[in-house]
Amino acid sequence: MKHLLGIADLTAGDIEHLLRLTDHFVEVTRRRMPKVPALQGRTVSWLFYEDSTRTRLSFEQAAKRLSADTLSFTVSSSSVRKGESLRDTALTIEAMGVDAIVVRHRSSGAPAQVARWVSASVVNAGDGWHEHPTQALLDCYTMREQLGSLDGRRVAIVGDIAHSRVARSDVLAFTRLGAEVTLVAPTTLLPPSLEGWPVRAEVDLDHVLPRVDAVYLLRMQRERMSEALVPTLREYTARWGLTRRRVELMDEKAIVMHPGPMNRGVEIAADVADLPRAVVIDQVRNGVAVRMAVLYQLLGSGQSLEVPSP
Amino acid sequence: MTIVLKGGTVVDRSGERAADVVVEDGRIRAVGPDLASGAAGSGDRVLDCAGLLVLPGLVDIHTHLRQPGQEEAETIETGARAAALGGYTCIVAMPNTQPAIDSAGVAREVLELGQGTCCDVRTAAAITVGRAGGQLTPMAELAELGVRLFTDDGTGVQDARLMRRAMEYARDLGVTLAQHCEDAALSAGGHMNEGPVSARLGIPGVPAEAEELMVMRDIALARLTVARVHFQHLSTEGSVAMVRAAKSRGLTVTCEAAPHHFSLTDECCSSFDPVFKVNPPLRTAADRAAVGRGLTDGSIDCIATDHAPHAPETKEQPFDEAPPGMLGLQTALALALTSLELPPTELVGLLSTRPAAIVGVEAEHGGPLEAGRPANLCVVDPTAKWVVDPDRLASRSRNTPYAGMTLTGQVRHTLLRGEPVVLDGEAQR
Repeated sequence: MKHLLGIADLTAGDIEHLLRLTDHFVEVTRRRMPKVPALQGRTVSWLFYEDSTRTRLSFEQAAKRLSADTLSFTVSSSSVRKGESLRDTALTIEAMGVDAIVVRHRSSGAPAQVARWVSASVVNAGDGWHEHPTQALLDCYTMREQLGSLDGRRVAIVGDIAHSRVARSDVLAFTRLGAEVTLVAPTTLLPPSLEGWPVRAEVDLDHVLPRVDAVYLLRMQRERMSEALVPTLREYTARWGLTRRRVELMDEKAIVMHPGPMNRGVEIAADVADLPRAVVIDQVRNGVAVRMAVLYQLLGSGQSLEVPSP
Repeated sequence: MTIVLKGGTVVDRSGERAADVVVEDGRIRAVGPDLASGAAGSGDRVLDCAGLLVLPGLVDIHTHLRQPGQEEAETIETGARAAALGGYTCIVAMPNTQPAIDSAGVAREVLELGQGTCCDVRTAAAITVGRAGGQLTPMAELAELGVRLFTDDGTGVQDARLMRRAMEYARDLGVTLAQHCEDAALSAGGHMNEGPVSARLGIPGVPAEAEELMVMRDIALARLTVARVHFQHLSTEGSVAMVRAAKSRGLTVTCEAAPHHFSLTDECCSSFDPVFKVNPPLRTAADRAAVGRGLTDGSIDCIATDHAPHAPETKEQPFDEAPPGMLGLQTALALALTSLELPPTELVGLLSTRPAAIVGVEAEHGGPLEAGRPANLCVVDPTAKWVVDPDRLASRSRNTPYAGMTLTGQVRHTLLRGEPVVLDGEAQR
């Protein structure tokens, strides 16, 4: 594996492999000295064109725990606003001597373009509405941790699917691992076509909830109101928000997931977010180990699954 | 100088025939069998055309030459050279320059810059001042300079009332309005065709209906005003069907299709390479087939390139930030030969005769190839295979979507008013 651009490029076997690798790194992060020299002498650069404190911190923590050196390139402190092309920026960063570039961009496909221009490995840390593969991997890991396996599990992804890179990656990853996925949203928040998507679409959340093992809530952004996609946030919450009443419809073992940051009171009620079945913090925790696995897979020996001893 | 095109197959709208063509003083002196031996004097130039097609020079009624304003992407000189290498002897510059071609001064400048280039450069002019959709340009003054086509290409005229007035005014002048059909509200924010591919890629889409709504509206306005309306670069099955129906009702509408809309689909965008970004966008396989059928059955009048050069760095941006448009002049004929199963005489209609009539240059371009006609010709090897190399194209830009593809059909010579502007595939000016 040279790059991680999207779940679309991965087989079920590739995903399983990365999740097994994650197991090792979860063990590492539980040590008293949670750091290994696996990527000593390697340099990972961030190329972030979009604000993202949590994804970036997670990658940074992952790189540090692998002993990699890091460089940071963010749009606010760069020449990008002066009109430099994406290609020139990518080549400039590579010329400084980096082994991997972690790209976050508001435009779909930007990491794939960067990967064509540089010889370093490229990791997609979220591009436009397209993919967010490490999020999907950490979601799979968390789900497996909570539910044992994804095979045959029923997952509802609720909310703004159309504008969600998380949803696109999750649909691919969950279904590749054998889960049945139902998208729950008004048509305005669904992609313009679901042709080729191995999912069902439903409008009525109450109807779906009793049958699922996991409900995955997407962040509802306020700017969607101005695009006439839903009339008001209040109406959205009334129909698709996970309220306490709706939680009662769920199986008692079913879990609640969210990629963060949560809009408490919109897609998820404040008291629901704090229930034990809401595993949002577990997702964040697993995110570091998953990203260690990805960086190790791309930059480590690539041969051995064994984590070097500290 | 006398030039003899010897031993080729002469093709125009009347058909194909084995004949020599003798060119003298900018005109065709004779067309017929075995003229070469009798006509060839000592100073004559004989071009061996055995196995080649001798066609009327091609006419592109949709060319972005970028001058004035974006000379880093193309100039009139380089665009005209690319045109000649593609077999074109006449091109019509689109007015979305900076400033827009919306006044006699800018139009005159473009026409002057076209003098002495490899091609007969004509210009279209904007329908509205600054292509802003507000106020009509001085259409009569522009028509006096020879402008026969008015368009706000790049955007459609959104205001139906304004479009109605433009049509009425244009009708009095005997000029044609060309519409880039796109409902701006419905297409807003979109960067590729809306459908399964855009849904998968997470790229905001433009539905086919954004184009079809304006085609529908302007057909209605054409009926109201009895003006001549030309639809540019139709890309959807629905648009082609509507124009076909309008023609059958006797309305004075014409339309064009671009080579990329009968040769490529939105699947190309899966690479996220903005070289495949164009407006209207590459559509589905069903749309591509419908455009091909429209060209075959005559519903679509002509092929127009929508040659749209963009400087390389502008296409080295993310897909949604890059400008739409692709090169077309040097690949159009080969794509027509490769993608459309049409005899050469039909291709001459689509690439030369009918576009010439739409922009009113039929006295000089588009054939027929007979004695006395201006010698605007191209000579094509219909079986030669070549690989598209962006670095070897004459355009100042490199944004061809066909890079690396093998195409069949290559232009060997182009004669502009009897002068060889392309010889053996090399530009002479």
